[in-house]
Amino acid sequence: MVSQSATKPSYTITVGLVVLVVLLALVSLGTGPVRLSPVTVIDALFGGGTGAQQTIIREIRLPRAILASAIGAVLGLSGAALQGLLRNPLASPSLFGAPQSAAFGAVLMIALGWADVRSYALPVAGIAMAFVSVFVLLSIAGRNAGLLLLILAGLAISSLAGAATSLVMNLSPNPFANLEIAFWLLGSLEDRSFRHVMLALPFIAAGAILLWSQRSAFRALSLGEETAQSLGIDVTRVRLLVITGVALGVGGAVAVSGTIGFIGLVAPHLMRPVVGYDPARLLLPSALTGAALLTAADIAVRIIPSNTDIKVGVLTSIIGVPFFLYLIVRERRALAGGVA
Amino acid sequence: MNGALLRVEGLGVTLSGRAVLKDVSLSFSSRHLVALVGPNGAGKTTLLRALAGLVQSTGTVEVGGDPLSSLPLRERARRFGYLPQGHVVHWPLQVRDIVTLGRYPRGATDPARLSPEDEIAVTRAMQATDITTLAARRVTELSGGERSRVALARVLAVEAPILLADEPTASLDPRFQIDVMKNLRSTADGGVLVIVVTHDLALAARFADTILVLSNGRLVAQGTPEQALSEAVMADVFKVTAYRADYQRERVIVPWTGV
Repeated sequence: MVSQSATKPSYTITVGLVVLVVLLALVSLGTGPVRLSPVTVIDALFGGGTGAQQTIIREIRLPRAILASAIGAVLGLSGAALQGLLRNPLASPSLFGAPQSAAFGAVLMIALGWADVRSYALPVAGIAMAFVSVFVLLSIAGRNAGLLLLILAGLAISSLAGAATSLVMNLSPNPFANLEIAFWLLGSLEDRSFRHVMLALPFIAAGAILLWSQRSAFRALSLGEETAQSLGIDVTRVRLLVITGVALGVGGAVAVSGTIGFIGLVAPHLMRPVVGYDPARLLLPSALTGAALLTAADIAVRIIPSNTDIKVGVLTSIIGVPFFLYLIVRERRALAGGVA
Repeated sequence: MNGALLRVEGLGVTLSGRAVLKDVSLSFSSRHLVALVGPNGAGKTTLLRALAGLVQSTGTVEVGGDPLSSLPLRERARRFGYLPQGHVVHWPLQVRDIVTLGRYPRGATDPARLSPEDEIAVTRAMQATDITTLAARRVTELSGGERSRVALARVLAVEAPILLADEPTASLDPRFQIDVMKNLRSTADGGVLVIVVTHDLALAARFADTILVLSNGRLVAQGTPEQALSEAVMADVFKVTAYRADYQRERVIVPWTGV
């Protein structure tokens, strides 16, 4: 059938991306102060090699690699889901202030002394604030959200979350805690343990499952909310589930990694032409691309020579913001048209 | 009318404090083409949306004997095909995938995996609207006329007993306008109740079995084209006179000049 033409390449792409993510993960496991070859890495993973190699691979680098792919994947998935929900290529968690809000929730917990950086209170607070931010944003934007409205509201919310975080740090009596928070906010996957994986993964998985379950609704939403509703889709419910899914994924991610921006914007954009612009088929490739991007970025911060370590969140923003500018230029006409 | 497919009684809709529809009652059986006409802001679109259950309303709407409010969303979607104004498509999807969305209420959520029944419905809808050759094209590459046919095919693919179409002829050239109306006519003749909103009184008079005239949220006239678009209605509701004639054994009613 004609319709199958679009399915085959997207299957090939999925397999290709999975291979890419695995390869990058292997490189990630081999990268660091002690460089190890992929063969050594695989060997150590399955119990071979020296005791030191095993410790490095399995206890130091494996959690980091798992977190990079899981967080990258859920960010890519969240971006694709938000874009599908809002039918808008500029929608993404970081532009909507979701990570910033989640960070505020987490920082508040730390500053109030209610939680240390390894407690479940952190992701829960992060998820709650991420939910509030996306919910408020979608309420402001209304049913037929135009580009301009979404971006302005997102700007306002991320600024507010940033300001609230600053206020917390401002009022915090402990300068050392502040320094720690400030670095954590930059976004990093360094020195993460399996404890962190356990902390984030359940939330990330729950969020991903929620978003994935809504995929066919995104295709119907291509025809607008009213038509989607006339096709039997409960649009209000889809919205709520997507907001919850994004909040769970982003909140869980931020709680262990700090804010890592723009993966959710870049990943769906790269994959959209590949899947024939179908917002439902976009989800899986976007997630895999997100995983590949963040893993690659996390390798890059370990390779780039510098006096001090570069935070991966800083790197994704440095690459992501120019990309965002490029998208704005491309969407210039729609933006100039106001609330289209 | 006993055993009516669609029965509406005392339907009212209030949008942001304003009564947009007041006490609308009507009843139609299948195999019928109804044109819904009226000046701008009369409440035509709102009536269609209320029938499809897309807007909160008071009063009763019954479809095949079942109250609309008792039907789950999916089931409503199987009974009403709804074609909104404008034919918006937000992503450059393939034509066939868009038409396939019409099968969504029947559980066809993935265009790549259709049941034979869905395949047949999609193919039939594309043949009826003459877009079979456009199947693999992206909707953004199409002309306005082609897009409107894709939209029509999408709603035909639902194969619902009731088809609601909101200004499907707007911004089309005369040939496509006639094509669309002919399509709706043959859909009705195939056993469907078709309700179409239009501003084109001449098309309405030529193709519809029944014309409903809405004015300020009320149903002010209902009947055959000649009855519903009487001299009085044309003057009071539309503020025009009409030229009337017979041409090729069809009734011609054309708005002529303002009064």
